[in-house]
Amino acid sequence: MILFLKSNFLKYLTKSANETMAFGQLLGTHLTQGDMVALVGELGSGKTWFAKGLALGLGVSPDVIITSPSFSIVNEYEGRFPFYHMDLYRLGSVSDFQSAGLEYYLDEKGVVAMEWADQWPDILPIHTIWVKLVILDETRRHIILTGENPRSEEIIESMGKEFK
Amino acid sequence: MNILGIDTSCDDTSAAVIVDGHEVLSNVVNSQIRLHHPYGGVVPELASREHVRNIVPVVHEALARANLKIKNLDGVAVTVGPGLIGSLLVGLYYAKALAYVNQIPLVAVNHLEGHILSILLEENAPAFPFVVLTVSGGHTSIFYVKGFGEYKQMGQTLDDAAGEAFDKVAKILGLGYPGGAIIEKMAQAGLKNKIPFPRAYLDPKTFDFSFSGLKTSVSLYVQTWRENKELQNSIQAEDIAASFQEAVIDVLVEKAVRAGKQTGVDSIVVAGGVACNHALRTKLTQAAAKEGLSAFYPRPGYCTDNGAMIGLTGYYRMIRGEQADMSIDVRSRFPVVE
Repeated sequence: MILFLKSNFLKYLTKSANETMAFGQLLGTHLTQGDMVALVGELGSGKTWFAKGLALGLGVSPDVIITSPSFSIVNEYEGRFPFYHMDLYRLGSVSDFQSAGLEYYLDEKGVVAMEWADQWPDILPIHTIWVKLVILDETRRHIILTGENPRSEEIIESMGKEFK
Repeated sequence: MNILGIDTSCDDTSAAVIVDGHEVLSNVVNSQIRLHHPYGGVVPELASREHVRNIVPVVHEALARANLKIKNLDGVAVTVGPGLIGSLLVGLYYAKALAYVNQIPLVAVNHLEGHILSILLEENAPAFPFVVLTVSGGHTSIFYVKGFGEYKQMGQTLDDAAGEAFDKVAKILGLGYPGGAIIEKMAQAGLKNKIPFPRAYLDPKTFDFSFSGLKTSVSLYVQTWRENKELQNSIQAEDIAASFQEAVIDVLVEKAVRAGKQTGVDSIVVAGGVACNHALRTKLTQAAAKEGLSAFYPRPGYCTDNGAMIGLTGYYRMIRGEQADMSIDVRSRFPVVE
């Protein structure tokens, strides 16, 4: 359910992990090569569930299991184009990000979903679309999309149209 | 046949020398020799840069402890995946150079296959077939192992790995890293039945796991607990750690034992970093025994990432005629069963 919408801001309410995934899937269908999704939210807020949805929306086979990248740092999947599911959780510094070779993934070839992206927002491209997951209780979440760039506004606008 | 096994797939740089696939002459992990760099409850730097620094001293130490020279090696086994590309590349290119310059056969190994076979490093190892639960920070899976190279994946985690849940709950409780050992120690002083955290058994026909709901549940509980002084009088942080650990163990044990029963094997193996957990070992051994199954665990040094299991796996691949050429590349995704 949409709670609030303007050109650079969308607030949505989900009542279950499955609804969070479905919203992610819808966003995934609007993404294209070079897009960056920054996933922000506390432990257990549903970032990985959201990414499962993104993967479906990006055409990754439903048989492929999207698991948490916290330990592996990056999981790669093949959809309409490469989907890189990343997690900065275990990284100690920006220099870790660089020396682990993660910049390699921020090219134009695929879509990146980055968990704990708010650690170092400066490393993200300007057209990043921010997805914030807020825990309301055991199952309900607020999902807030924001972005300050024409590309991210375009995505938010097309998401808004989905609910009209 | 002396094989040098090298693993740089995760945080640790490790190398080992192993003879004929069972006699481990040395098994070195960078954390053992980096005396000037003690772990102080911080995340170890996982950067590829660290592997570059470690690889030469770790391999030299492995050879020195084995009392061998490079010219005494009959093969180099190296992890090519799954893992972080930048980290894997360090191990693979070092191994390639070593093999090429010294004209030693090179063999590529899957890190997870190393864990699956790691029990064979022990003298007290089960005969094939057996069921193995690989459980670590990055993986939680159950395999049916018919023989070398013959594996069937029965289930896996659909979200978080069990070891990851330990690390994250340690963080929620404001403890250090790595979480597994800290939670286990704390849990010893707590009551495991104090808080009924959810157990995700999922569909009873499958052997898949899910630990993200448990993580969320602990997170919300701790939030309430922190704000409630009365609750803090009756529930200690140790009780939360113990109750959480028990919830993880219950699910791991149920699935592993059921997999053993269903496949009709005699033995269940637990491998990977979480297999170090004593409470898991105790409960699984008991539950398995009730079903007439024996449980096996590699020693802690073979549970956590190590070069010995890579050397062992490489040995078995090599004696079957497998050899990698210089064009081989790393694979960030590398399923054991393709």
